[in-house]
Amino acid sequence: MFRREAGQALAKLIRFLGDIDLAEDALQDAIVAALESWPAGGVPDSPLAWLLTTAKRKAVDRLRRETRRDDKQQAALAWAADGQQEAGMSAIEDDRLRLIFTCCHPALAADAQVALTLRLIGGLSVPEIARAFLVSEMTMAQRLVRAKRKIRSAAIPYQVPSDAILPDRLPQVLAVIYLVFTEGYSASAGDDLIRSDLCAEAIRLGRLLAELMPGEPEADGLLALMLLHHARGPARLDAAGDLVLLAEQDRSRWHRSQIAEGVALLDNALQRSLRLGGAGPYQLQAAIAALHDQAPTARDTDWPQIKALYAELHRRWPNPVVDLNAAVATAMADGPAEGLAQLDALAGTDQLRSHHLYHAARADLLTRLGRTSDAATAYRRALELASTTTEQRFLTKQLSRVSR
Amino acid sequence: MKYLMLIAVDRSSRPANRAAGEKLMAEYQTFNQRITGSGELVAGDRLEDAGTATSVRVRDGKTVLTDGPFAETTEQLGGFYIIDVPDLDRALELAAQIPNARDGVVEVRPITAG
Repeated sequence: MFRREAGQALAKLIRFLGDIDLAEDALQDAIVAALESWPAGGVPDSPLAWLLTTAKRKAVDRLRRETRRDDKQQAALAWAADGQQEAGMSAIEDDRLRLIFTCCHPALAADAQVALTLRLIGGLSVPEIARAFLVSEMTMAQRLVRAKRKIRSAAIPYQVPSDAILPDRLPQVLAVIYLVFTEGYSASAGDDLIRSDLCAEAIRLGRLLAELMPGEPEADGLLALMLLHHARGPARLDAAGDLVLLAEQDRSRWHRSQIAEGVALLDNALQRSLRLGGAGPYQLQAAIAALHDQAPTARDTDWPQIKALYAELHRRWPNPVVDLNAAVATAMADGPAEGLAQLDALAGTDQLRSHHLYHAARADLLTRLGRTSDAATAYRRALELASTTTEQRFLTKQLSRVSR
Repeated sequence: MKYLMLIAVDRSSRPANRAAGEKLMAEYQTFNQRITGSGELVAGDRLEDAGTATSVRVRDGKTVLTDGPFAETTEQLGGFYIIDVPDLDRALELAAQIPNARDGVVEVRPITAG
């Protein structure tokens, strides 16, 4: 309830109180007060203004209880005790963007960046974040405490980076949001292959970022990419909860409205990128996803175009997983033998050799080439490396098909 | 906000010859002038070789001296700066400009306030 308003209020409180814990506590007090008074007295005209005014009063109470106050707390008290109405919405949104960059600051460990973003921007509870990342609540709570301490003690700033360092910092923010999405889309371990709630949360964060940074093509590109993948969600698992390959998915079950939104966002972003000197990696990946989503069948997909997009990705941001996907696209565009040759050329890459998808892709191409005994060996290797039970079930089924 | 910047240099990455050494010194001079001019420098100096260090411990009232630094690592402390800047972003920006950041490591630590 009022999650958006709570997030907006938190960003403003953190900025002016200069203390994340105090801001969280004061807002929590205000939410408790809202739960007590709103049901009887009715929801105020501006829930945000109400929450802010109340939280400021609660912060004053908390600060006055402190016996010894340093300069920072004095400044916080001066702000909070000032009964003035808050500035307009645009200022509020600026505070949220500042806070996003603080949460994703590269001086924080990657797992702390993700946890902070989900907590302070997404408004998820500590138990929720702990569950999503399969760690104990205590571990997650400690991770957050450590990160918040570093922000305070090392004076990690609340600001949108200057234009000079923005190109270095924005990819970090995009990566944190995308990591939340991929963690939800294909959980790295456990029983639940698709944790849809994490995907939805990542899309919410992506939407917020795109809204806060209008005209930033990669922010739109990331949101488009997530929408275009999420659209296939309903068809990715069958009735038994088993994984269904893209080629075999029932495309009538894809979310058409999400695809339309993703394609529109992407087209717009690509047009702006043309003027800015080329599309970024999220736009290129979104373009690949869009080609899949718009194809009536797997066979009728524009594979040569997908192959070309992977080549462009490889040229500008080389990465083994991109190479793996490029080889699969080659197999579809030029035939399984060509794809297999490309995969075998990657066999020296450690990151791929220990990745179940590499062996699963090889097994699939070997099957199509009629080399069933080699395919079975590759499926067995993939099975050893797969970490989720959904993927293990899928690979077992594929293995039994070729071992027959 | 004050920060300590500790400069760790790999033992093996000493300047290869005199010219390289002089070039490095000149780069440090430029850096020093810049942060002195901006008013950000509080203190800073080069340290003698770790082989000249003496570690001191007092145990049960007795002073124990050990030859050498407190941690034996392949990287050794070569120098330090104390700077006074608005926030971590500026501190990290300056740390990246320290000439030895290219071949060694600079650790940036906030100095406890108050």
